Amino acid sequence: VFTGLVADIQRKITEAFEVFDRESNKTVDVREIGCIVRSLGCFPNEAEVQELLAQIEVEEPDGFVHLKNFLPVMTRVLLDKRFRPIPEDVILHAFESLKGYLPRQSVILCCLSGEPFTQEEMEDMLAVALDPETNTLHYRDYRVKLVVDETKTFPFNV
Amino acid sequence: MGSIIGTMGCSSSVADRKSENVIRAAILIQKWYRFTMARLEMRRRYSLSIFQSIEYADEQDQLQLSNFFTFMLDHCTHPDSVSQIFTSPSAPQVVDEDLCLKEFEKKIDVPDSYYGPRLSFPLTVEDANALLHAFRNEQLLHARYVLQLLSETRRVLKEMPNITHLSTSYSKEITVCGDLHGNLDDLLLIFYKNGLPSEQNRYVFNGDFVDRGKNSMEILIILFAFLLIYPNDLHLNRGNHEDYIMNLRYGFTKEVSKKYKDHWKQILCLLRDVFSWLPLATIIDSKVLILHGGISDTTDLDFLNALERNKLKSLMRPPKSVKERQDQTEKRIPTTKPSKHIANQHVAGKTQHNSSSGFPEPSGSNLPPDPALKEWKQILDILWSDPRSQNGCTPNKSRGGGCYFGPDVTAKLFERYNLKMLIRSHEFKPEGYEISHDGKVITIFSASNYYEEGSNRGAYIKLNPELIPRFVQYQVSKFTRRKNLRERVGTIESSALKSLREKIYAHKSELTSAFAQYDVNGTGRISVNDWAAAMESVLQLELPWRMLRSQLAQMNPDGEVDFMSCFYDLKMGQPTKEAQPALAETLCRYRKDLEIIFNIIDKDHSGLISLEEFSQTWRLFTSHLGIDVQDDSIDKLVLSIDYNKDGHIDFSEFLEAFHVVHRLEKKATS
Repeated sequence: VFTGLVADIQRKITEAFEVFDRESNKTVDVREIGCIVRSLGCFPNEAEVQELLAQIEVEEPDGFVHLKNFLPVMTRVLLDKRFRPIPEDVILHAFESLKGYLPRQSVILCCLSGEPFTQEEMEDMLAVALDPETNTLHYRDYRVKLVVDETKTFPFNV
Repeated sequence: MGSIIGTMGCSSSVADRKSENVIRAAILIQKWYRFTMARLEMRRRYSLSIFQSIEYADEQDQLQLSNFFTFMLDHCTHPDSVSQIFTSPSAPQVVDEDLCLKEFEKKIDVPDSYYGPRLSFPLTVEDANALLHAFRNEQLLHARYVLQLLSETRRVLKEMPNITHLSTSYSKEITVCGDLHGNLDDLLLIFYKNGLPSEQNRYVFNGDFVDRGKNSMEILIILFAFLLIYPNDLHLNRGNHEDYIMNLRYGFTKEVSKKYKDHWKQILCLLRDVFSWLPLATIIDSKVLILHGGISDTTDLDFLNALERNKLKSLMRPPKSVKERQDQTEKRIPTTKPSKHIANQHVAGKTQHNSSSGFPEPSGSNLPPDPALKEWKQILDILWSDPRSQNGCTPNKSRGGGCYFGPDVTAKLFERYNLKMLIRSHEFKPEGYEISHDGKVITIFSASNYYEEGSNRGAYIKLNPELIPRFVQYQVSKFTRRKNLRERVGTIESSALKSLREKIYAHKSELTSAFAQYDVNGTGRISVNDWAAAMESVLQLELPWRMLRSQLAQMNPDGEVDFMSCFYDLKMGQPTKEAQPALAETLCRYRKDLEIIFNIIDKDHSGLISLEEFSQTWRLFTSHLGIDVQDDSIDKLVLSIDYNKDGHIDFSEFLEAFHVVHRLEKKATS
């Protein structure tokens, strides 16, 4: 049963990997690894993505990662259930200490702290997250936007 | 996550704890956001993947259709056989070379009620502006002017060599544009951003002006008009879609026949000639090579420059040598199931040589090299090949023609001809352009929103006298409010899935039996892995099936797939009680091919074909494909549709019956 599980996991990883494999030669650009890891249901922050990359051999000088190097590392991650999503109540708690909403300036500050967003990420974030009338991020609305979408479209249940 | 913050908590003041919370909240928000964005990106990618693999699969099917024409030409010699229709081109005889402007003026009358542009030759900038203005307002250019324009264009193109040489010495920058595929909005946007063509503003358009989009004719008219006005400053290269057989399938032929109900045949006939006279490549300052597809390890620019390019009206079939025609009458009739991987195709009784171009060559390695064949292969390679990062030159198996060429092939060509850069098009790129082979190869693609609103940007290159490229991107948008990323991905995704579901429905029987093979106990459910394996083997599309599963089929709580749920939301256009399911599916799957064939049969474009013609064609088609269809089943079906019993049926209506309808949508309006 265990080997069946590993085979299953490896198939899922391979599928996600191949979506980013532009030339169908089992390699992806190293900058896409964070995206692939997250689309497999994991929830790492940027530092954790970098740690993961340190364990995977990257082909220089182009910065490509080969599937054969990615697969064992990622399989381990999924088997160990690392980088699980933060439970809802923890996030809610974090926001409640901030009265449940954030004004635009604070949202920008958030984007620039922690693991700073790029300009594009921040613009997209502001466009999606802020309520246009009040120019604030209301956590409950924001959460709904993020979460409802995913359960509808995302099939992976690792 | 909390490591940095932990060390900060020396004093437990309220302010400190508050800022701690803010940073913690910030990181949480960021994590969730990046998570969501990653999934969105995944959905975007697999949607584009779906579009592209279906497109390439269709291109391979196109090869099947050409094989069918060849098959009919070779083996149907009965004088009354409908196949006689295929021995002559769909359009009548070649338009007389001597037919000049005055002849068109005499023969075709332009009524006073026509308020479109009235061209006078030689054309001037005023004419070009009148055309642009008219097309912005969705007017049509009258057929007489179209024919005159095409005739003049042919005259001018004939004077040009196969490879045009340009120099940047006296102009500022040269603009290079890629595939437009009938997207008039993109061309207008390019002219708006970059200025109209002129002596000070030179352009190279790198092929694929037509097919798919709905304004191929208008794009050609504009480009040819500017070509006539500025023959030294506007340059056109031929693309793989400047080919009348491709046009039959990908929409250009249909567009012309609808827009020019009285003169479409003449126009298409003349166009066939014009396309074959388009130059094959452009070289700037002897350093930058611009051509539509790519190169192969045998590409020979001198040979390409010397051949008679206008002999090859279409690249879809290799030219036949006399000897090979003799050989063929003795050999067995090949009948094969359609094979997606042409490179691996083996035809009964006849092994096929697959050159690095991939299209099956006629057998006969004992024969001396056929010059016509070499010409065909050389042009095929430059119009169909794609660059890849792996070294070597291998048959292009996704397209079925041309090859994949690696950095080593590029390097060798550059060394041989002392080149610095290759600019090509032919491949869709989400950003409108892409640089590969270590900066030596640039792909430029100018049709934005190619698959769907929001699918990609278009771009063009500005090349300065130092031959350094600069890229300009754009995207046409129908909506005044810019959709956010989630909305855009949603649109692309649902469009891609719709195309995929249609393919699924068209293969219902095959899929059902493939599923059944895994369902040993007859429960109606199989594992996700088995479901994915069945989908891939029947549809022959390399897609992330596990990820797509939730959109395509239902799963029960045990994690097994209810495989018949794939078909729940889909049904045929009209109830076709007379048709057996297998027949209905076959008609659905080959609907596009049949449309092309029938358009050829229907010479007067009345939309009506005789039952006899249909029966014959249908029998030939299915036997060629190796499909077993009972003889009388098609007759019954056809008779049931001939409502007024006059021996003719309207084929557009007939085919509409086999159009897949999505249960939750109204009838398709396209």
